[in-house]
Formats: sequence, C-alpha cells, structure tokens
Amino acid sequence: MTNDIKTRIREIIAEQAMLEPEQVTDSATPEDLGIDSLGLVESIFAIEEEFDISIPFNANEPEKSDFDITSMGSIISAVERLVSEKAA
Amino acid sequence: MTSKKSPKKKAAIASFQPTDQNGQRRVVITGAGTINALGHDVSTTLEAFREGRCGITQLDFRDVERLSIQIGAQVHNWEPADYFNRQQILLYDKFTQFTLLSAKQAVAQSGLNFEGALGLRSGVILGTAGGGLNTWDENYRAVYEEGKNRVHPFVVPKLMNNAAASHVSMEFGLRGPSFTVATACASSNHAMGLALQMIRSGAAQVMLTGGSEAMLCFGGVKAWEGLRVMSKDACRPFSANRNGMVQGEGAGVFVFEDYEFARKRGAEVLAEVVGFAMSSDAQDIVMPSAQGAERAITGALQDGHLNPDQVGYINAHGTGTAANDKTECAAVAHAFGHHADRLMISSTKSMHGHLIGGTGAVELLACIMALRDGVVAPTINYQEPDPECALDVVPNEARDADVEVALSNAFSFGGLNAVVALRRV
Repeated sequence: MTNDIKTRIREIIAEQAMLEPEQVTDSATPEDLGIDSLGLVESIFAIEEEFDISIPFNANEPEKSDFDITSMGSIISAVERLVSEKAA
Repeated sequence: MTSKKSPKKKAAIASFQPTDQNGQRRVVITGAGTINALGHDVSTTLEAFREGRCGITQLDFRDVERLSIQIGAQVHNWEPADYFNRQQILLYDKFTQFTLLSAKQAVAQSGLNFEGALGLRSGVILGTAGGGLNTWDENYRAVYEEGKNRVHPFVVPKLMNNAAASHVSMEFGLRGPSFTVATACASSNHAMGLALQMIRSGAAQVMLTGGSEAMLCFGGVKAWEGLRVMSKDACRPFSANRNGMVQGEGAGVFVFEDYEFARKRGAEVLAEVVGFAMSSDAQDIVMPSAQGAERAITGALQDGHLNPDQVGYINAHGTGTAANDKTECAAVAHAFGHHADRLMISSTKSMHGHLIGGTGAVELLACIMALRDGVVAPTINYQEPDPECALDVVPNEARDADVEVALSNAFSFGGLNAVVALRRV
C-alpha cells in the first residue's frame, strides 16, 4: 500500500512537472522540479482527488500548514499519514 | 458626508479652469452611494471606516456547512422588498439590487435630473467579475441537483454581467454610452477610469460608474476555496501573520460629471477625478508583478500631472494574501522613492472584505473621506510588522491628516492593473 501511494504521488507530480516519475526523487523540492505556487495547488488537488483525502494547505502560509511540502519525501509521508488516518 | 471647508477650497474656485493641461475636460464626483457589509449607505460606511469596524462575520446562506471557508463580509439585514416590488425582485439578481440602491443614493446626492438632453449625453460604466452569480448558482442547483427541467424565463436577463448597467440606464433614462467591464478584482477601477475618459473626451457629460459584486453563495465561495488563498479567520493586510483574503459583497456607485457643468449648476463637489492609468503584467494568471503595479501607479500620476509628493494617501489593493501585499508595497516603494515613507497606505478590505469586481468602488469612498473629511481609514487586524511591507499602513486606528491627492490601487488576477487618482477640490 505504502509503495503504491508513493508511486501514485510520483506520477501525479511528474505529470505536473512534465518529467518522468523516476526523476521525482524524495529529496526534490517543488522548486527543484519547476513547480510554481499554482502548480503546487494543482498537485495538491490532484492528490486529494486520487486518495479521497482533504489536505490542509493554505498557499499564504505553506510553512504553517500541517502538511509539509518541503520535499517530495515529506509530501509522500504526509499523504501516507492522511490516508492511514482516513482508514482508521 | 460632512463638508470640510479649507482655505485651499476657495483658492481652487478662484483659479477654476474647465480643462486640464492637455485641454481636456476636468471631471468631478458629485454623488456617491453604497451598500456593503459595513452599512447600507455612505455615511454608515464612513463611520465604520473612522471606527475601524469589521464587517466580516460567519457566512449565512444555503449549504454553507459544506464550505471550508466559513467567513465573509456579507451584507446583513438585506430585504429586497424594502426597495423593490415583486416584479423587480424577479428580474434583479442581488448584484443588480445592490447597484440600483447605490445608484439611487448617488443620483439623489448629485441633485441631477436626466430628463431631456442631459440623458442623451449621460451613460453608465460599471464593473463586476461574477455578474449574477447567485442566479447561476440557484438555477444550476435546480437543474443539476434537484433534477428540474424548467427554469424561470428571466434567468438570462438576471445573470448577464451587463444587467446592472442596463437597469441603471433604464432607471434614470441614461441614453449615452453604457457598458460593463470585467477585469476581476480591478473591474470597478477600470470602469471608473473609462468613465473619466468618456467625460474628458467630451463623449459624455455625466457618467454613473463604480461596480458591484454578489458572489457570497455556495458556488461563489466554493470556487475561491479551490485556489487556497482564502483566510479561515480574518483579513490582516500587511501584517506578517496574514493568511489570505476574505470575500465581501456589495456595490459602490458614483456620479462623475464635467467640472464646468457641475460648477455652473452649483453642485457640491466631493472630489476631482484627476488621473487614471491601466497596465498589464503580461506575466502570470494569478501571481502579481511589482513592475506592472508600479507602471499603473506612475501612469496615474503622470495622467493627472501630479508630483509623487502630492499624494498623501493610497487605498491599497491590500488583499491580505502573502503575494499581493509584499508585491504592492514594493511597487509603491519604487514608484514613490523617499516619499513612500511619508505617505499613508491602508487596506479597507480588512473591514469590508474583498468585493472582487465591486471592490474599487467601495474603496474609493475611503479616498474621498481622506480628501474631504481629513480622516484616513485604517488597516484593521494589523498585528505583526512585516519587513516586506514596511510602509505606514495606518494600523488599526483611523488618523486625521491633510490629504491633497489620494490614489486607489486595484490589481487583478490576470495581471490587469488600474489606478485612479482623486484630488481635493
């Protein structure tokens, strides 16, 4: 399940960034991948739709959000947490 | 609006010139009307500006519980039946109702009667972004959610963006140039700037202008939620802890007229509309550009033959988003140089919310108040200084000041900027 989530998030981000999924490494930041603020909001929407979860994210204060967008790795763990909370 | 007699007023009358340095007609405001979350008329709204009162409350409309954003600057105690008959209510979307009420107040203050030749030389230019959005929302719900296959025959005439302008033209018999401008959050400023140009050029003698928005319904707020730029708790422009914009609703309408005509008929002049400029960022559909904003500001000064140091007050676009406020402050700092540290800039959106296409019209009232009453409206909810917004934002309390020229900034999604300059008369 966890690997599956990771793969699907990578695919979503890769599509947004117009890259191949393998280029979306855990350490990459949205900026590294060329994703701007609107692209980030769009990616978060796509992830919400994919996993039927609600991601707390305000573009005005991304650093204060419970959803850590520092890197792909942090995004993946945050989504994994939200998916497991939903299942619980 | 109270009148403030100053020695400068006498001097201005003594040296009256009907045209500007370019030989164009001068334009003045002789009437104002509004309805917004702070009040159902101009005097109540200005009182709220002076008190720093906030009009943002818990939203109240159908399906609000399904929204993640629960606050807005909604017009309360709005009873259309107090102003309109049954047939009119069937035909007027809320944005038209707000417009007509404001227009009636403005025309009453101006003392104008448009019968005869004047009506042929007068028109209406209004701004709105969403037009009859409540009508769209209600009827989509009826056909999609409730499965109805029939809608009321007035759906189209109610929802069209020009409905308000058309009803104003009909109400007062304005038979000259009339249309509606849609440039998102800059709609009203674009409308008012075009009205200025109509009179300056001689294409019209009197114009009713301003704008309206009634987007506070389930679909209207849900659409904004998607962008994730809305605050869930308050609008705190320029404050380091700001976390987004808060939507408002309402309208503002003004009577703009040829200065010479106003003077000859002995009209009370609220302010001169002295400059206007538009610019386009040509850059991004949502992120603002400091250069684009700066070009509109300096353009308005040049258009009005104004020196930067004449400007005492700027009503900011000041949405309370991270992006707008720092970009706007950078634009003002660059446009005004050292004078940026001496002028005052406040965002009244902290009180009446962001009226989107109607916002510039309600905000122009704060400029008129600064010029006429010598009171600058505050930016309320200001809590923490932001080094990226290091200007005098008139935090939390209104301030007495002697202001000769005031600017109103509006910078829209899509990068379309419009700045209006008013001068004390």
